[in-house]
Amino acid sequence: MSITIVERKIAAQAGSPSQRKRFNAREWPVLPLLILVPFVVAALFAEVIAPYDPTQPVAGATYFLPPFWMEGGSLHTLLGTDFQGRDILSRLIFGARVSLIVGVMGTVVAGGLGTAFGILSGYLGGWVDQVIMRVTDAWLALPALVFAIFLATLLGPSMWNIVTILGLVYWTRYARVIRGEVLSLREREYVKLAEIAGASRTRVILRHILPNVMNTAMVLGSLTIGVVIIAEASLSFLGVGVPPPEPAWGLMLSEARSTLMAGKWWLTVFPGVCILLVVLATQLFGDWLRIRLDPQLRNL
Amino acid sequence: MSAPVLEVQDLQKHFPVGTGSVLRRKTGWVKAVESVNFTIEAGQTLGLIGESGCGKTTTAKLILLQERPTAGTIKFEGEDIGGLRGEALMRYRRAVQVVFQDPFGSLSPRMRVGDIIAEPLEIHSDLTRAQLQERVAEVLELVGMSPDVAKLFPHEFSGGQRQRIAIARALATDTRLIVLDEPVSALDVSIRAQNINQLEHLQDTLGVSYLFIGHDLATVAHISQRIAVMYLGHLVEIADSAELCAHPLHPYTQALLIAALPAHPDVKQERLAIIGEIPSALAPPSGCRFHTRCPHAMPRCSTEVPVSKEVAPGHAVACHLY
Amino acid sequence: MGAPFLEVRNLQTHFSTFGGSRVVKAVDGISFTVREGETLGLVGESGCGKTTTCLSIVGLLPAAARVVGGEIRLAGEDLTKKSQREMRRIRGRLVAMILQDPMASLNPLFSIYTQVAEPAYYHLGMRSRSLRRRVEELLRSVRIPSPAMRMRNYPHQMSGGMRQRIVGAIALAGGPKLIIADEPTTNLDVTIQAQYLDLLKDIQQETGVAIIFVTHNLGIVAKMCDRMAVMYAGKIVECGAVRDLFRAPQHPYTKALLGSTAKLGSKEPLFAIPGQPPDLANLPSGCAFHPRCSEAMQRCSEQEPETVQCGQDWTARCWLTHTKESLRHERASA
Repeated sequence: MSITIVERKIAAQAGSPSQRKRFNAREWPVLPLLILVPFVVAALFAEVIAPYDPTQPVAGATYFLPPFWMEGGSLHTLLGTDFQGRDILSRLIFGARVSLIVGVMGTVVAGGLGTAFGILSGYLGGWVDQVIMRVTDAWLALPALVFAIFLATLLGPSMWNIVTILGLVYWTRYARVIRGEVLSLREREYVKLAEIAGASRTRVILRHILPNVMNTAMVLGSLTIGVVIIAEASLSFLGVGVPPPEPAWGLMLSEARSTLMAGKWWLTVFPGVCILLVVLATQLFGDWLRIRLDPQLRNL
Repeated sequence: MSAPVLEVQDLQKHFPVGTGSVLRRKTGWVKAVESVNFTIEAGQTLGLIGESGCGKTTTAKLILLQERPTAGTIKFEGEDIGGLRGEALMRYRRAVQVVFQDPFGSLSPRMRVGDIIAEPLEIHSDLTRAQLQERVAEVLELVGMSPDVAKLFPHEFSGGQRQRIAIARALATDTRLIVLDEPVSALDVSIRAQNINQLEHLQDTLGVSYLFIGHDLATVAHISQRIAVMYLGHLVEIADSAELCAHPLHPYTQALLIAALPAHPDVKQERLAIIGEIPSALAPPSGCRFHTRCPHAMPRCSTEVPVSKEVAPGHAVACHLY
Repeated sequence: MGAPFLEVRNLQTHFSTFGGSRVVKAVDGISFTVREGETLGLVGESGCGKTTTCLSIVGLLPAAARVVGGEIRLAGEDLTKKSQREMRRIRGRLVAMILQDPMASLNPLFSIYTQVAEPAYYHLGMRSRSLRRRVEELLRSVRIPSPAMRMRNYPHQMSGGMRQRIVGAIALAGGPKLIIADEPTTNLDVTIQAQYLDLLKDIQQETGVAIIFVTHNLGIVAKMCDRMAVMYAGKIVECGAVRDLFRAPQHPYTKALLGSTAKLGSKEPLFAIPGQPPDLANLPSGCAFHPRCSEAMQRCSEQEPETVQCGQDWTARCWLTHTKESLRHERASA
């Protein structure tokens, strides 16, 4: 019995199993996108889409006009008008811009700060870790909204101030989660190999740790957007958010709450529904993203 | 005679064991490595074999400077690595690399293969992008893979191929010693042979030395010229592989040979004479660590730690029987 | 050897993923027999289907997998037709399994006694004193020292080797006639492995239980098994007595596996099988092994080989053997 020793060169493309990306309906986050895309479009093209200027009363319209399908409503103001005669629909559209910008940018600030501190804390360990963790402990002990209000009164209201404030309030949750992830990543063999090869700590962080926490950071981000939007709405509701007459959904709620009892439900329900839908959609998207990204990692 | 690539003398590593997280009170020591001596010559492979708790992984970490020894010296090409700093340390890191057991954890999932292999070069030298690519292509060919794979990501490869990429990375700089920690244990049987052959071929071509840590005696004996056997932190026997397999002197080595699986059903199977479990490294037996399981234990064995003696040229054993 | 106890005929188990759009034929028409008191080695590498075969036999396939064809006859009855309820009476009683990771097989919250007693409690209806005696007996038979005291311990207080032996005791508790051991020694140290294998052999002598030993290590097969079945890409490519296959392997994959194992004391270059194990969702045409086979013929890439009888109780699935056997028949009849 002879065994011929055959050593053939292996061709460039490995014959290993890899997931072929076939997009069928199940793979897309249909519901979240269905909800979010219109809002994003509204936010981007508000000037074009909105029928009226949201800060000015509609010419020739009365106050408290109900939505078009109710008695007294008119097709000119589809969702009715508010106590100043401003078109609700236009205010909702422009409000989408504020909410989404604040939501997204606030999350970016929170995420950026949180990821940076989480990585430093997790990777460097020692007293750096202790200091950062104690700071986050203290930060977390402050009730988020109260803290936000405090900062808002300090810094003064403006959209970008609100973005900064919300970022400052919410970074700690990020830092905690990212730190946990980094603690386990630090022990991975490819990180150890880089260290053995002599890589500096900066290099290890930028080339090995950071790319691998991006997944978690993105999922956390999509989940945080909802939280930040609600926070912004709360701030506006309390009067320390984006200042009027700039429309913001929370502000719309706040301005109209006294009229709810008077039966003018459309002033509060529509903005409320918008907040609900957007937050729901981001949460669902975050869930989908988490599931989507995880099994792929497991296949590696 | 040129200096051996690696010389380990009286190496010792004790880990403190303590309780409490803030103020650690020391309650004892784990004597992971205890007075280990061996040398690795240029272009040769030393196999390190032993079971759980024997200290082989700790020894590897000491050589890779992931841990500092409690006592003893490690000399690389005649130079003590204990005091290396700065430029000299970088030179050491360039010359000594490692390949780990797990092919799925050792490659960064978000980097392309080419970048992974080039990383040690990027850290240690100022090569241009083109020069890096050239070197990457060179090493990929050395391990029998096409240079085109540099663009791909690790998850597109199988375990055996990923191990080869890890070997390529270990060779990228002018490596003179590679520590291989169970490099084929996690691979399929049919792929193991490919990789072992590749490693042997690389040694013949490049003259690189290996410290091959494994648990399968047959594989270790195949690739190594010399084998060192460790048990609970002690080096109990060291000899040329053929000599060790033919004339094992230490009872533990003999047990390992009996326990090694047969190559053929007709090979006569002896029953293992040693009994019991491997003691914990936290509370090792006194005297000779093996005496609790040794079929030849004498009263002396429980009180006195045996010293390593050269019984035949190149064959040293630490046992009171000799 | 006794009468056939387990007869698997043309078993087919498929995995369907991505909502049915991708079907993987994990087990594609395998047949083998295990007689009473015999040890069958099920050999192959990862992905060849050996674990799926075992799970098919005991009816514990994951949700995505289903037995789509063939039969599994245990003591005369077809297991593929049984309900989960009926299978529960068979598992532990007639067939037991030992898995690879002892820490995962033992529940960390329950004492050793509780876990070893469970099969005896449910299947044999034993209680109190007789149950206690049975557990002590079982622990003694797997060579756990001071069983009466150890019964009260918990899994985390024991070493890996001991845990694996306790898993063995649990397997034996219901008095099964067949034990399926799926790579039970892969995570154990070499000397502990040797002790464990000796133990299994002794238990087999005492109780006459049949064993299916799933492994990728041919050394274990040489030491433990009477017969062996070699699997590749979901099919059995060769099956016969261990002595016969080691002496004169018929299938090129068997030859390759034997050639690629390092032998103590020999420095001969290892035979390295070129290429990679196949992707089960994308099998090559004809014989699944042909891209890596050094003796492949034209026919091998076109047609799947049929199973050929090449000796007493010895089959191979290869066109080479087919040709050899047909030539032999021609000469014999001439």
